[in-house]
Amino acid sequence: MMTTPGTGRDRAQILAAKKSRQAGRIAEAASAGIKVLLVKVLVLGVVDAISVYALFVLFAKQDWLVFSLVLFVTVVVNWIYFRAKGLPAKYLAPGLIFLIIFQIFVIGYSGYIAFTNYGTGHNSTKDDAVNSLILSSQERVPDSPTYAVTVLEQAGAYSFLVTDPDGDISVGSPESPLEPAADAETDASGQAIALPGYTTLNFAAIVANQEAIAALAVPVSDDPNDGSLRTPDGSAAYLYLSDLVYDEAAGTMTDASTGVVYTEDPSQGSFVAEDGADLQPGWKVEVGLANFAKAFGTDSIRGPLISVTLWTFAFAFLSVATTFALGLFLAIVFNDLRMRGRNVYRVVMILPYAFPAFLSALVWAGMLNPQFGFVNQVLFGGAEIPWLTNEWLAKFSIIFVNLWLGFPYMFLVCTGALQSIPGELQEAATVDGARPWQVFRLIKLPLLLVSVSPLLIASFAFNFNNFNLIYMLTNGGPRDVTAGVNVGATDILISMVYKVAFVGANRDYGLASAFSILIFVLVALVSIISFRQTKALEELN
Amino acid sequence: MATTTIAAASTTDYIPVKQPFNFGRWFRATGWRHLIGAVMVVFSAFPLLYVLSASLHPGGTLITANGLFSEVNLGSFITLFNLPQQPYAAWYGNTLLIGGITSAGTVFLGALAAYSFSRMRFTGRRAGLLMLVLVQMFPQLLAVVAIFLLLNGISDIFPAIGLDTQIGLIMVYLGGALGVNTYLMYGFFNTIPASIDEAAKLDGAGHARIFFTIILRLVAPILAVVGLLSFVGTTNEFVIASIVLITPEKQTLAVGLYQFVSQEFSSNYSVFAAGAVLAALPVMALFLWLQKYIVGGLTAGSVK
Repeated sequence: MMTTPGTGRDRAQILAAKKSRQAGRIAEAASAGIKVLLVKVLVLGVVDAISVYALFVLFAKQDWLVFSLVLFVTVVVNWIYFRAKGLPAKYLAPGLIFLIIFQIFVIGYSGYIAFTNYGTGHNSTKDDAVNSLILSSQERVPDSPTYAVTVLEQAGAYSFLVTDPDGDISVGSPESPLEPAADAETDASGQAIALPGYTTLNFAAIVANQEAIAALAVPVSDDPNDGSLRTPDGSAAYLYLSDLVYDEAAGTMTDASTGVVYTEDPSQGSFVAEDGADLQPGWKVEVGLANFAKAFGTDSIRGPLISVTLWTFAFAFLSVATTFALGLFLAIVFNDLRMRGRNVYRVVMILPYAFPAFLSALVWAGMLNPQFGFVNQVLFGGAEIPWLTNEWLAKFSIIFVNLWLGFPYMFLVCTGALQSIPGELQEAATVDGARPWQVFRLIKLPLLLVSVSPLLIASFAFNFNNFNLIYMLTNGGPRDVTAGVNVGATDILISMVYKVAFVGANRDYGLASAFSILIFVLVALVSIISFRQTKALEELN
Repeated sequence: MATTTIAAASTTDYIPVKQPFNFGRWFRATGWRHLIGAVMVVFSAFPLLYVLSASLHPGGTLITANGLFSEVNLGSFITLFNLPQQPYAAWYGNTLLIGGITSAGTVFLGALAAYSFSRMRFTGRRAGLLMLVLVQMFPQLLAVVAIFLLLNGISDIFPAIGLDTQIGLIMVYLGGALGVNTYLMYGFFNTIPASIDEAAKLDGAGHARIFFTIILRLVAPILAVVGLLSFVGTTNEFVIASIVLITPEKQTLAVGLYQFVSQEFSSNYSVFAAGAVLAALPVMALFLWLQKYIVGGLTAGSVK
């Protein structure tokens, strides 16, 4: 066999290879099996059903951008799973879809929000702002006619069935203005009492939902200046007109009672009077670099921002340094085969790592409480040491608690790395006359660092955004009262973002996103530097 | 090789038997290590004993918690489940549910991706691997504002999966599934010889069967590690859970207990402590039970 050269054999080989490939393909197709196919069709069917439903809803809402996105994704998913080729895509698609929406898209979206004034008072579109301004300033017209009203319910939403003084019948809800209702049932006096497709609320139901019903305002027409109907008692409605009159063409809002004219300001997203007073709420607009200018240009924000950034780096670096030092020290101490009971020590020392971290921070916050905590009351004999309320002691406490939280991990990792260093190296060094300290410093430590340094970088990255510890232990405090935003001495960047965006009455999503972008840039810089150092990316294969 | 084992065996046999006990020598050799060990045991375990003792002191405050184990009584645990404003049992169930689904989903999505990266060659594979490594550097909580506004937008169209729903939260968590641990899985998948796949293929198994019935079983240890890490991570997650879940009945332990504690920190400490002890139990039990796998997984991911 081996000795028969020639083209004939080559051709036979090619043929055989072709056949076996063909056979493989057939086997593959056959073995896919009815079960797999069934599961595939079922899962895809469910996915398609959901997206068709979504498409219907989006079609009804006329949200064309999202509609086309959903349509596109559905088509792509079906294409991936129904064609024969492209096996890797079938395995990657499910994870990738989630990754793209909830990790990659949101990063880009943060970038967009950073250039808007999104936040309290600038939550929505201009139309919504106009409507809510007019609604909130509405007052009952003194000589309003009385409209007989029947409160209807459909799918949990209320509507008014209105009979006006002339006897005309119309129906409307807070979302859709009044329109004629020809098929309403009327009682003897000509008042409409029911409408097909709706449930009429009886007296008991009206009393039970009195507050919700009294808050309803049904617009009389498409023009918000025409006012709306409200009912204080669920049976009689009156016309309410707004003090504010909106002029769409001129883009102004005029206060009828005072005569002040508020002019639309597209750069600010609100109606502004000549004296600078503005009407709240406004609407969301793109403001360019205003958030970044605010972050870096205002003294009361720039100062805290710089100190928070410095503390974030200091905290992350010190956390890694202290936990690694203690973990390595313990790993060396307990890496001695002669010692008994090592496993007992080991299990007890892992406990802080196994205990949920958010609870640890809350428990330590209790123990470090200045007036009642265990540390002051028992260990320091009743002294009121402000562990969490003094700027520097709070920083110290955070590093200390993080040492408690983090040393077991470093201990485990260092123990593993130490044990993987071959014993011969130590023997050889000892034979050559090296002292134990020299063996450690010149041989073991460099080897250990090679295997542990990616983990140290990961630990740095984790602590850079260690929100839970900071927020649960000190809540970022003590608060810096001179700062223009809600920050404290121990806040790190991510906890500052959270506070600006979600804590307190005044939420500023735009500014918070601008801070997020800053974190992205810093994290990216740190990653680039560390990946360069470790060359981790070059080993990818 | 043989000589070293004999030498090692003989030293362990020799020293204790032949030489009389000498405290100074024992202390220099291993005694000081026990001293350090004792200090570390106190340092590590004390806060946990403190919270356990506080939980066993019904009606206790921060100040009474200082008298360790002065009273032992399960009253606080009963109070815990009867709080009118704080539905602890619901929080507990939610945490297990959200954590369980998220970790199962993470393991599944991650294993699918790791399998394709480990076993298939396709254009964009290297770029994909690079992305997996880079995505790890940018945790989701950095985009918390955008996540909130995205879910807010989704609720306008589909309230069932938007803000204040657990499905919405789980979907957000699954967005981080590929980022966190797929690279770890990928390393482990590579240690399973490809010849196993080929043998199965020759026997007529398709890719789906190879993946589900052969590979998944062989990589079970890493699946356990990733599942556990994901479960623990979800249990600890506060930032996103706190902005997505608004109704108290829907919240998780991290959100609920934090709000409970921030409202009445020092006065109701024993009830909080009881809640903390119960919350920590499943996580710690899982952790100590699967300890070996976790340590193995951590070092495997690192040394590679």
